[in-house]
Amino acid sequence: MSRIAACFEGLRAAGRTALIPFVTAGDPRPAVTVPLMRAMVAAGADLIELGVPFSDPMADGPVIQRASERALRHGVSLRRVLEMVRSFREQDAQTPVVLMGYLNPIEVMGYETFATAAAAAGVDGVLTVDMPPEEATGYAAALAEADLDPIFLIAPTTTDARLARIAAMARGFVYYVSLKGVTGAASLDVAVVTARLAHIRRFTSLPLGVGFGIKDARAAARIGRCADAVVVGSALVSLIEAAGDDEARCRQEVTTLLAGMRAALDASPADTPAADRAGGEARDEKAAETRSQAT
Amino acid sequence: MSESSVNIARHRELDLMAQPDEHGHFGAYGGRFVAETLMAPLEELRHAYEQYLQDPGFLAELDEELRQYVGRPTPLYFARRWSEHLGGARLYLKREDLNHTGAHKVNNTVGQALLARRMGKKRVIAETGAGQHGVATATVAARFGMSCVVYMGAEDVRRQAINVYRMRLLGADVVPVESGSRTLKDALNEAMRDWVTHVDDTFYIIGTVAGPHPYPVMVRDFQAVIGRETREQILKQAGRLPDALVACVGGGSNAIGLFHPFLEDDVALHGVEAAGEGLASGRHAAPLCAGRPGVLHGNRTYLMEDDDGQIIETHSISAGLDYPGVGPEHALLKDCGRARYVAVTDAEALAAFHDLSRLEGIMPALESSHALAHAARLAVEMGRDGLIVVNLSGRGDKDIHTVAAHEGIEV
Repeated sequence: MSRIAACFEGLRAAGRTALIPFVTAGDPRPAVTVPLMRAMVAAGADLIELGVPFSDPMADGPVIQRASERALRHGVSLRRVLEMVRSFREQDAQTPVVLMGYLNPIEVMGYETFATAAAAAGVDGVLTVDMPPEEATGYAAALAEADLDPIFLIAPTTTDARLARIAAMARGFVYYVSLKGVTGAASLDVAVVTARLAHIRRFTSLPLGVGFGIKDARAAARIGRCADAVVVGSALVSLIEAAGDDEARCRQEVTTLLAGMRAALDASPADTPAADRAGGEARDEKAAETRSQAT
Repeated sequence: MSESSVNIARHRELDLMAQPDEHGHFGAYGGRFVAETLMAPLEELRHAYEQYLQDPGFLAELDEELRQYVGRPTPLYFARRWSEHLGGARLYLKREDLNHTGAHKVNNTVGQALLARRMGKKRVIAETGAGQHGVATATVAARFGMSCVVYMGAEDVRRQAINVYRMRLLGADVVPVESGSRTLKDALNEAMRDWVTHVDDTFYIIGTVAGPHPYPVMVRDFQAVIGRETREQILKQAGRLPDALVACVGGGSNAIGLFHPFLEDDVALHGVEAAGEGLASGRHAAPLCAGRPGVLHGNRTYLMEDDDGQIIETHSISAGLDYPGVGPEHALLKDCGRARYVAVTDAEALAAFHDLSRLEGIMPALESSHALAHAARLAVEMGRDGLIVVNLSGRGDKDIHTVAAHEGIEV
């Protein structure tokens, strides 16, 4: 069983929702990242998404783009991100790490070379924002060969035909982008997300993570009731940006936010145990409602 | 058999006229590499585009706009004095500079604005580098009563103050983009973000034959009017097809527009990239000549990138060629040998700018001057029997401050 599958199975057994923080590797300096990853685990993170800096992060908002720019100023390339994961793994054999980034750095390295190196470094999954399943045959095969999980996004506007296609290729978990727009965008309608997740569960039994628009413990708890995982990115990266060169402050504010989210998630268990969620006729009515809203 | 005949024989099996495939692939290039959030709007656009491309009412409306508003057909002009000065092949200029707004860009913005209207979108957005595509978009937005936002790198806003003012006079909202290198590629990123956030009422008018499917094929089809007219005009005026076509290549829309209707003819195709301060200097914008394949802005194509796959900054005296990628169809035409891609330096382009201004009374855009510089070399090589058509993609009024500054003259 992959580290990601084992992680979600353990959470399911404990009736807990996964907390997934996102930080950009090397932001604001390369030396900050590995200690920050460890601190986030200590504060209650179940899985870590590590952003791979890219010069043209088209799907990200200004907060994460600036994080990329800070890291790139220190020359943080894909290879250096893998070194960071290797270093993290020396002391943490359990917490899954997912790389999140754009295709071109992987394309330049070569799919097989990348997959082998990432697996050797201790990476568990790869979310390549601009790699849709239609283009991903060779990429997914290379990841599978190295036992890495390809993580895919689902949007509010994803059609059922594409849901089926994504579900067929996805491993580990599926990441539902709860808003139109880019990372760091405004607010979130929980009822709509709840109905939409129920619909997505008709296509996949993989755990569902929800990201985009989760800024505080309250939002995390509300989303945590319907999702298997909540992803928090821009809110953390904003704290890192505000802390500037003050590494102690950065770590403290990031862990405080995560610990608050952890506590809120644990105090507000899921409406239904995740094990009961795959499919279910009872949810069809709500799902149909979402479809009309989403299209 | 001529060089171009050999190339035609080699790529015949590929059926270049049948490109792209249904997923927007031009051979190994093109495609649709975007975040999931953009998939639905791109599908909506593809459906609308394929529907209206077959719709006689839409095509008649487009044709009417091109005639009455843009001023087509543009002349194919025999540059007699310039040809005699060079002493080689006869050079014809396809006068896209005579279009309304002064460049070929408007052929495409008219087409996309009409499409936006059919799709019920009331707001259009665009990215722009030098400002030509932004002006062409602001123009059609005014013409069709749509609101318009143009994203432009903050650095370009500073360099192209006149075009910024021009867009504002036309009623557009020009948004300076402060992220990244603050140039065209960052403006494109920002426009994509706007689109994904406002897809319900917004149409994104991309200015070149790059980006995710269907943009490369759609923009090509709107620009192919250049090549169709040229083919008809040269047969009438010179009695035969030309030996070569020459066009500058930034994203590559004017070049594809000229080339496409000639893909199956025995006509050599020359695309001219910006060599900036020279290919060896590293300060250039020539991904086809000196880059390698990668994925950026939704398509696989040749890129200017470093060994880690980060996109690097480009340089050209011509802002319209200052882009690190290129349309995927050009990548295919290069690989299969159907077109040949060369690069021309800032200095060579400036010399051609002056030659054409003085010998023909036509001031070319600095972009087009790259094509002229290569065509001049080609004309000499080819000798007096040769026949060349150069795409004069835009007029040079917008560039006089750049030329003056470069030559240390205060205007």
